[in-house]
Amino acid sequence: MRRLSWFNVTSLTLGFAFLYIPMIILVIYSFNESKLVTVWSGFSAKWYGELFQNEAFMRAAWVTIKVAFFSSTFATVLGTMAAYVIVRGGRFYGRTLFSGFIYAPLVMPEVITGLSLLLLFISIGLDRGVLTIVLAHTTFSMCYVSVVVSSRLASFDRALEEAALDLGCTPFDAFRLVTLPIIAPAVIAGWLLAFTLSLDDLVIASFTAGPSATTLPIKIFSSVRLGVSPEINALSTLMIAIVTFGVLSTSIYSKRAIARQQKEEQEAEQ
Amino acid sequence: MNTQEPFAPWENPAEIPLIQFKNVTKKFGDFTAIDGLNLDIYAREFFALLGPSGCGKTTLMRLLAGFETPTSGQITLGGTDLAPIPPNKRAVNMMFQSYALFPHLSVADNIAFGLKRSGVGRDALQARVDEMLKLVQLGKFANRKPHQISGGQRQRVALARSLAKAPKLLLLDEPLGALDKKLRQETQFELMDIQESTGTTFVIVTHDQEEAMTVASRVAIMNHGKLEQIDTPDGIYETPNSAYVADFIGEVNLIQGRATAPHHLDWAEGEIPLNTPEQSPMDQGREYQLAIRPEKINVTAQPPEKADNLVQGQVLDIAYLGNLSTYHVKLKGGQIIKAQSANSRRLSRRRFTWEDQVYLSWAASAGVVLDK
Repeated sequence: MRRLSWFNVTSLTLGFAFLYIPMIILVIYSFNESKLVTVWSGFSAKWYGELFQNEAFMRAAWVTIKVAFFSSTFATVLGTMAAYVIVRGGRFYGRTLFSGFIYAPLVMPEVITGLSLLLLFISIGLDRGVLTIVLAHTTFSMCYVSVVVSSRLASFDRALEEAALDLGCTPFDAFRLVTLPIIAPAVIAGWLLAFTLSLDDLVIASFTAGPSATTLPIKIFSSVRLGVSPEINALSTLMIAIVTFGVLSTSIYSKRAIARQQKEEQEAEQ
Repeated sequence: MNTQEPFAPWENPAEIPLIQFKNVTKKFGDFTAIDGLNLDIYAREFFALLGPSGCGKTTLMRLLAGFETPTSGQITLGGTDLAPIPPNKRAVNMMFQSYALFPHLSVADNIAFGLKRSGVGRDALQARVDEMLKLVQLGKFANRKPHQISGGQRQRVALARSLAKAPKLLLLDEPLGALDKKLRQETQFELMDIQESTGTTFVIVTHDQEEAMTVASRVAIMNHGKLEQIDTPDGIYETPNSAYVADFIGEVNLIQGRATAPHHLDWAEGEIPLNTPEQSPMDQGREYQLAIRPEKINVTAQPPEKADNLVQGQVLDIAYLGNLSTYHVKLKGGQIIKAQSANSRRLSRRRFTWEDQVYLSWAASAGVVLDK
């Protein structure tokens, strides 16, 4: 490892401080005894207890998890299919346009995505609730899944699929029995990413949620407008923990599994 | 069938070919990979497709496997047109250049893969997998994953997997390319044994001429999507039909000249015209090429008593190959002729060295007359 110069150390420290001090303060205050958010009066975990008594929060949390689970599952199926078509479909007519359309939502402002989905749901007369949030989240997170999966597919030895066909598989069987098991780490990583994105999302959810279903980010945002309570701090701390865990495990898992599989594949080719 | 009789179904007009290419053309955009090709391959043949990279040999194989469809023309297998049959329904299996072993499956599961797709019963499947493992001597490695075995073992797994369904035709795409020379030679003989014992028709694609000559019953030389020559290995070597084939296989001296008589080739000023083979008379006044293999040329210090063709020159270079030495001999007119002789004596007692004056002689029948 290279030793860092004082300049690098300073810029690194400043950078991390800039990013993480606000969150550290939030985590510290979530263990504050006092009801007043800004006055420290001693360590306590009572707000976590209170939080779990708060039915509105618990209901929102449940909705959030349901939405995240279903939307990330749908997004994974659709995203994998899209990636497969883009990487494997050859040069079919309109391929560039199609791949452009798949990646466009990555750079589309969320407000626009949210608003357009809202208009769509209103015009087809779909009542806003869990279903509409799931649909909305599926729409934007499938692009991320497709990016992750297509990068794995691009490095996949095509001869493996041809070998499966040659040995009597239908194209669907070849995908199910050979391609899918081999790209599974990337597919799982895509799912975890979609799950995390859905948990986090406020903007698109607030456009597409209805009175019957509120997600946790929306609930937090609306309670904060009435004043920050220590309960919110506790809740936010939990969310930070979950998201951190999700992101870390995704990246570690996918890095390891993809590296291992590519190594095996290369070794099997030699 | 009398086993003493050589295997040569292509010489029997009554024999029906297993595979027929009828005027097959394959184009990729503007590029013509296969150009109006006609080819018959017979059952139980070990047929080698040999050619430089990009000559279309891999495309030809992929047409047989069903990964490509011909732009025009027809390919039949056992009399049926292959065009409407997808790869998974063809009685053809392929051994891939990269082996394409499934990394997530064990050796045994790789071999069983094709059998499972064809709905073979449990016991029959196990028996067939065991048989295949035994054939390629990998019984001990049945439960290993592909990355846990050596390159040579992977090659054998790939072979076993492609043979497991007992295909009518097995395609081998550069099957030994990834092996080192020693292992490659051993495996060539293994391949021949397996081909004989299973009675499967093998079509092998290779760019290694030695490999093609060793394993094949017939060799096809391809160039620019066309077949230059199809013949037995010795036929290709001894009677090439073009300068391209003569030059592609082994070493050759190509001498340009003009026929002065049906069996006389005038080739250089100040040299006596060369005597050419009896069986191929030339048209007087036309230009020809005479191909002579270096090992058919004798190198001597004194002119031999009797020789059809005799030239004198100076040793320019000696390529010592161990068992053989190739002498590059420069003639008076500046032409360089390669002559090869076996090193039956030890190096210290070798006959010639650099700048020695030597005589080169060869029989009239040693050369092959080719159109220019």
